[in-house]
Amino acid sequence: MKARVHIMLKTGVLDPQGEAVRHALGTLGFEGVTGVRQGKVIELDLAETDRAKAGADVARMCETLLANTVIEQYDVELL
Amino acid sequence: MKAAVLVFPGSNCDRDLAVAFRNAGFQVDMVWHKDSDLPANVDIVGVPGGFSFGDYLRCGAIAARSPITSALRSHVERGGYAIGICNGFQVLLETGLLPGALMRNAGLKFICKPVVLDVATADSDFTRGYKLGQTVTFPVAHHDGNYTTDEATLARLKGEDRVAFRYAQDVNGSVDRIAGILSENRRVLGLMPHPERAADPALGPADGRALFAALAATRVAA
Repeated sequence: MKARVHIMLKTGVLDPQGEAVRHALGTLGFEGVTGVRQGKVIELDLAETDRAKAGADVARMCETLLANTVIEQYDVELL
Repeated sequence: MKAAVLVFPGSNCDRDLAVAFRNAGFQVDMVWHKDSDLPANVDIVGVPGGFSFGDYLRCGAIAARSPITSALRSHVERGGYAIGICNGFQVLLETGLLPGALMRNAGLKFICKPVVLDVATADSDFTRGYKLGQTVTFPVAHHDGNYTTDEATLARLKGEDRVAFRYAQDVNGSVDRIAGILSENRRVLGLMPHPERAADPALGPADGRALFAALAATRVAA
């Protein structure tokens, strides 16, 4: 089974990189981009076949290592 | 007085930190990240600057889950001293031994220059050698030094006098210009600027020397 983890900065945490991308888009003439948030995607190949168990395992991986929950939120997608 | 300096793949200020400790009178052991124990009777653990594990995932994230970090955690929980400088500060935040997080610099640039800091508290065994409000100059060299935390934690840090150093002028976007913070028991200091790179008058400004001297004096008294 594959899992895809989406990690984004929490709402309210300023994202300097996203802000720089937004600015660059404006410079290139793309108008009307009022906000950009940048995050990361992590794909995992899992031996586990039970979806519920896989979901719980990946959530624990996020809490332990993959996300810094002080500033980031995560979302697990099982494929 | 015994100091242990942790060494991760990608640490690059470990030897500078060891020299600063030694010059202040500490006996220093270097400890590899795969070790699961600190040497016996260590008084202070130094977590050095650098780019541990290539800054992969997040700065300090993988180092914070190394075997030696469990020993560091036990040492701190027993009331032991620790100092994390630059990447070491990032590691201490990732372990949760200090609160908050360090994000990409607000200007998105790697900043490498001497900066002026205000000593925000002299009430710690790290900062006793300075006067409150005194300015010191330490070098910074970081890409992710933009300190952030939620409002409740910030209020607590300020209320408990746990901000150790502030940038005299904004450098990287850090909330409240915070450059370094103390733990609740004031025995763990994390800071982005490098006191160990300003600890030998032969190499330039040496404002960092008083920090290591104060630590050494503390342990003599204890």
